[in-house]
Amino acid sequence: MDVSTINLPLAVLLPFVGAAVVAWAAHFHRVAAAWLAGITTLLALGVLYPALIAVFAGETLIQSWVWMPAIGLDFAFRLDGLGALFALMILVIGLLVILYARYYLSAKDSMGRFFAYMLTFMGSMLGVVLSENLLQLMVFWELTSLSSFMLISYWQHREDARQGARMALAITGGGGLALLAGILLLGQMVGSYNLSDVLLAGEQIRAHALYLPTLVLIAIGVFTKSAQFPFHFWLPNAMSAPTPVSAYLHSATMVKAGIFLLARFFPVLAGTPEWSWLIGTVGMITLLVGAFVALFQHDLKGLLAYSTISHLGLITLLFGLGTELAAVAALFHIINHATFKASLFMVAGIIDHETGTRDMRRINGLLKYMPHTAVLAMIAAAAMAGVPLLNGFLSKEMFFDQAVVASGESLWGQAIPVMATLAGVFSVAYSLRFIHDVFFNGEPVNLPKMPHEPPPFMRIPVDVLVVLCIAVGMLPMFTVAPLLAVAVQGTLQGVPPEYSLAIWHGFNEPLLMSFIALVGGIAVYAVRKPLFAWYESRVRGQQLRHLYDWKIDKLLQVARGVTRGFDRGSLQDMLFWVLGFTLLMGTAGFLSSAAPLLGERVLLPLDAVSLAVGATLILASLLSVVLHRERLIALVVLGAVGLVVSLAFVKFSAPDLALTQLSVEIVTIVLLMLALYFLPQYTPRTSAVWRKWRDGILAGLLGLGAAVLALAVMTRETATLADYFVTQSVPGGGGANVVNVILVDFRGFDTMGEIAVLALAGLGIFALLQQIKLYAPAEDSSGRAWALEANPFILQTFSRVLFPLMLMVAVFVFLRGHNLPGGGFIAGLIAALAIVLQNLANGIGWTAQRIRSDMHSWLAAGLLVAAGTGMVAMALGYPFLTSAHTHVHWPVVGDFELASAMFFDMGVFLVVVGATVMILVELGKLNRLDAPTPVLQGEV
Amino acid sequence: MLNMVLPWAFGMVSLALLLSLYRLLVGPDVPDRILALDTLYLNTIALLVLFGLLQGSALYFEAALLIAVMGFVGTIALSKYLLRGDIME
Repeated sequence: MDVSTINLPLAVLLPFVGAAVVAWAAHFHRVAAAWLAGITTLLALGVLYPALIAVFAGETLIQSWVWMPAIGLDFAFRLDGLGALFALMILVIGLLVILYARYYLSAKDSMGRFFAYMLTFMGSMLGVVLSENLLQLMVFWELTSLSSFMLISYWQHREDARQGARMALAITGGGGLALLAGILLLGQMVGSYNLSDVLLAGEQIRAHALYLPTLVLIAIGVFTKSAQFPFHFWLPNAMSAPTPVSAYLHSATMVKAGIFLLARFFPVLAGTPEWSWLIGTVGMITLLVGAFVALFQHDLKGLLAYSTISHLGLITLLFGLGTELAAVAALFHIINHATFKASLFMVAGIIDHETGTRDMRRINGLLKYMPHTAVLAMIAAAAMAGVPLLNGFLSKEMFFDQAVVASGESLWGQAIPVMATLAGVFSVAYSLRFIHDVFFNGEPVNLPKMPHEPPPFMRIPVDVLVVLCIAVGMLPMFTVAPLLAVAVQGTLQGVPPEYSLAIWHGFNEPLLMSFIALVGGIAVYAVRKPLFAWYESRVRGQQLRHLYDWKIDKLLQVARGVTRGFDRGSLQDMLFWVLGFTLLMGTAGFLSSAAPLLGERVLLPLDAVSLAVGATLILASLLSVVLHRERLIALVVLGAVGLVVSLAFVKFSAPDLALTQLSVEIVTIVLLMLALYFLPQYTPRTSAVWRKWRDGILAGLLGLGAAVLALAVMTRETATLADYFVTQSVPGGGGANVVNVILVDFRGFDTMGEIAVLALAGLGIFALLQQIKLYAPAEDSSGRAWALEANPFILQTFSRVLFPLMLMVAVFVFLRGHNLPGGGFIAGLIAALAIVLQNLANGIGWTAQRIRSDMHSWLAAGLLVAAGTGMVAMALGYPFLTSAHTHVHWPVVGDFELASAMFFDMGVFLVVVGATVMILVELGKLNRLDAPTPVLQGEV
Repeated sequence: MLNMVLPWAFGMVSLALLLSLYRLLVGPDVPDRILALDTLYLNTIALLVLFGLLQGSALYFEAALLIAVMGFVGTIALSKYLLRGDIME
């Protein structure tokens, strides 16, 4: 297969594969994770390289496969100029951040987890910018929200990290829902979810009646993701993430995803007054609010966070202006902001790393401690302020120019350049604060660490980015021009307008505005002391974040209120309502039916044995009700009930059910014994007498109803679905055991889901039990001391002899399962019991030494084998999980029907063993923590 | 011959089943009840084998085998609980 026809999906999926590899490799060597993450990124760049060449030559690449045509979902990727710009930013800055993070993370932090999240996020971002199909784009969009949640909450032990991550997820996830609705509307209007069609349908969409709702919904998605007012507050709260994450998410990727969509839909949605009002106004407010609040942040990263919000507002505003030249300026600023903001975040991380704090009131005068870093930071901050000869200046000039062009006649229009200049003033002021407070302004105050230069490799990414800032600022035509040109072409989907990247345009209005911003910024910074005091007393505390918290609290209150209205926390109450309603409906059903109660079938003759067995069942069930307060005895009696039920299954020709019932019965006893150890031995009496009568009558009536219903059904001849399966079992599934063939073949997909749930349940229980410490009782319920001998010798010996025999039975039941009673599930339970028996008789430690494989890998292997079997069928061109079967002649066994479903059954077997043993043994380990040693009688 | 013996055998095993049930009902102690459950398992095995003989099918023997192989695990767990409380150490 020619790689150049699949390189787009390959580049997107590579980081996801890399994430798994990195997480695995980190077990062996910490730094290997960083190396592998870097190599994955380079590989993705390499795979994309030929495609980028083609795009720079003016092509648009589309690689598409039909996926689910019924809902318009294709597996489709697209690379044009806009996608190329973003893909390059994601990968190049990603590479620098990986190098930086390698030195940033301390020995306590898990490298594998970090780089695995990082690569997952990178892949999701690439998916967003390279998707041709909008539904597929949506999937990657949600993935960025999820993976950024993992990144922001990377330091899981910190409350603020968890809270910041939750907030980011709630806001961006909520916006994602709005975006999905917008995209669905868009697809309805155009009749296709493919960007190629949507981009051509701009006229049609703008004239459509649903244009406005679509625009608003998509805008909400964009605003939440790109931290636009009033959704901006999640971004500063996400600053509790490790700094490499901030450098990556808030410069080149996450927050730019929303901006990317603005650019993507620019030719489709822009150019209407609605667009300009909505996008432009929000952009302007965000620009001003961000720049204003940034000045008052004492936290280094807080300042950068609000500055990011402000710059995002600037880009949004430019797109909102709606002209082609404004879009050019926006794209240019996207590139410039990514370079200087990434380097500034990295500098903030270095300072935090080397001084132990980010509080600008304490870190002062760092110039002499870290001169190299200081120079880098000053250049990057100057670029942020828009100082000439740096890249920020060029795009800011373009912005001012567009602000002047847009001003027009109206009063509101006149305000645009004024507000733009005002934002420029604040942006200069906070950049100046970043430089002056941190690197000058006297001596450091009370730092936890003695500051010094970071390791050289931690600085290299900053070096690279700052050199880019200067190179673009001085020689734009030789550096950024080609990239900007293709990006503009890709965004506008047409002939790009004339624009000039020159540094000097003569004395004009933008230059004047730049000058005012610089001088004004210095002036504002000069009077900062009274300004700070005013801000502290008046503005602080008026934050949107409090409104958010209040709303979330209210929401939870309402939800709790509704829940409490129905669920009073009493199982009896809940059962009463559910069962009472069932009884009502059942009675109504009986009464409304005119048919005779019993059917025509002749009843089977009654024999004495069945009578005895039936009596046992009934009496044992009754006994378990009467004795339910004594939990151990109730358990014994329940064991008898289960046994008799399985006997009944045998009698009425359901051997599969009987075998399953038996195995489950034993496992249940072991499970409950394990739990009972930590629980009270007796259930206290709590219910009032009238409740007992009420519940007893209800239960009796329901039992009667169920019995009558069963009789009514069983005495009738009915054609059931079973006949179809019985006749199709051998020709369609290659097995004579209908039950097993249904499980592994006809309903294979269900079983696949069930074993996945089983594996998840096993893992969930494993995770839940990890931190639990339970105190074991020192004596039994009657106050007797426990026996001295932990594992009686006779028991040990016999259980060891039995182990291979039980496994042999399991193998036998498994192999035979496709044709006669048995199969992977029952065999799995038997094998699991064999292992559990060793744990019971010989102890957990003894068994763990001999069965070394971890049950996690059994679960994983089982799921892989089961899914792999299905995949093989797909690879051969059949639907997922299609089964094939053939006859083989084995030397001893004889003629044998071999079906591919047996491999699937193998997966079921492995998962059942893994989950059962894992759950039981983990429960068994509970008391190994802090268990007080029993006081032995006679020894004291 | 077998046909003559089988009804008798069924009758006696059923009686044994009911006697075990009686022990399960009255106890009086937990060990009595655990033993009753274990005996119930034995009775079941016997019933299954007899049933297999009656029907002339080997399938019932396998169910009996399975009970034989696994049934006692429950008894072990219950007994060990009485002895040590902690059944997996």
